[in-house]
Amino acid sequence: MTVATPTNLYEQQKRNIARTRLILAGFILFLAFLGIGADVFLYGSGVGPGIPVCTIGALLLGGFSAWWSLQGGDKAVLESAHAVPVDLRDPKQRTLDNVVEEMAIAAGLPKPAVFVIPDPDPNAFATGVGPQRSSVAVTRGLLDSLDRGELQGVISHEMSHVRNYDIRVMTVVAALVGSVLLLSDWGRRGLWWGGGSRRSNDREGGGSGVLALVFFVLWFASLILAPIIAQLVAMAVSREREYLADASGAELTRNPLALASALQKIDAAAAPTESIKQGVAHLCIEDPRGRAVNDREGFLSSLLSTHPPIAKRIELLRQMAYQKA
Amino acid sequence: MAGCFLVLIAIVVFAALWAVWRYNNLITLKNQVTNAWKQIDVQLKRRHDLIPNLIASVKGEMQFEQDTLEKVIQARNSAVAARGVADSADKENQLTQTLNRLFALAENYPNLKSNESVKSLMEELTSTENKIGFARQFYNDIATRFNIAQQIFPDSFIASTFKFQPVELFEIKDAAERAVPQVDLSLRPK
Repeated sequence: MTVATPTNLYEQQKRNIARTRLILAGFILFLAFLGIGADVFLYGSGVGPGIPVCTIGALLLGGFSAWWSLQGGDKAVLESAHAVPVDLRDPKQRTLDNVVEEMAIAAGLPKPAVFVIPDPDPNAFATGVGPQRSSVAVTRGLLDSLDRGELQGVISHEMSHVRNYDIRVMTVVAALVGSVLLLSDWGRRGLWWGGGSRRSNDREGGGSGVLALVFFVLWFASLILAPIIAQLVAMAVSREREYLADASGAELTRNPLALASALQKIDAAAAPTESIKQGVAHLCIEDPRGRAVNDREGFLSSLLSTHPPIAKRIELLRQMAYQKA
Repeated sequence: MAGCFLVLIAIVVFAALWAVWRYNNLITLKNQVTNAWKQIDVQLKRRHDLIPNLIASVKGEMQFEQDTLEKVIQARNSAVAARGVADSADKENQLTQTLNRLFALAENYPNLKSNESVKSLMEELTSTENKIGFARQFYNDIATRFNIAQQIFPDSFIASTFKFQPVELFEIKDAAERAVPQVDLSLRPK
């Protein structure tokens, strides 16, 4: 799962976009699969209507929740993190506002809205629907513990999430994960409720054979596993993007060491960020849950974390600085 | 015969569409370059506006540095008066150097370091310096893309037909100037 030293940024960006399309397509197929299974099940039990209602319903649900979260998902995220708009009278927040503007200029993008989260643990995230509407939020702890250069490093990382359309992708992925969770929940309830009627209508669908059974078992398994699969995919998407954001952030500031030292400070303050809920973890510069799983390399821990190991990220940034010198 | 004709028409239409597409690409880049250039001007203007305020607020405290203050004002005035890209870049660089000298000297005055309005002016100037640097960096990136787009093979026909000109990049002349953005201007406690 680890990415080699990011040398060619444009190539990485392209690969990132291609991979994102693949993942979105996968999600859509998965939603359709859950729906088709439900339709087949209903037909098999003889209560199905003439059209594949469940398939259409599942796709509509996914589409609608993605659309809905693109309309107002950023506000919900900011609210859930208790983020307040930056106060320019406070010198530190004034600096933050300036740094965000500097990085927006460096990226050639409109300046994102700036928010501060009253939490002593250092962390930061970006959200929004794209470069035209984006927000950057940092905790009070981050402002207090980093110097100007390090803050620039962190903001350049967040600005890259904006520039690379990561914020949009993560917003859509979060919505799709939500719909998969909802569907599998409904599906399991439906099975419970529909199980009885199936047995009484068994004679009708009798001849469909082994194939139908295999399909049904597969569908049932994915229904049960859906929430886990969906969340694992969301984590993988987030993980891949962190390396890219580090690299393209360093491209903006031309100073990878500042971000490396910021990451070190953030890592040292390992306390969980209280204000940031589970659902926002994949947006942050460092996992706000402060879990040890992010610190290890290995198949299982990389499968279960939203962020690559911070030591690895620091090492890659140092290599970049070395290559430049 | 009619088939041949149709193929010919298809080729012409295809070529025309391609030309329009590439032409629009060049125009978009050209506008982005112009826009990036204006962004630099905005920040330079802001720096020119901030300097008199800064000088006014440090004058009392730094009266023994009259010479440096004079130089900053002079450099600022000649930067404001500069005409043309090369001249302006040269004068702005001189201004940056005199400002850095002023910032370095200000380190010796603890009263200045604790003065809120001086501190906030310093922060604004530091940020403006950074913005100038990043705006130039972005200008160079986008200008390079514009220049490359004019030079690559089939597009070069479009570029020469419609007389697109490559634009100049900011160049840092010597190692000393290259080191300028590295100077710590933030007055933060060491």
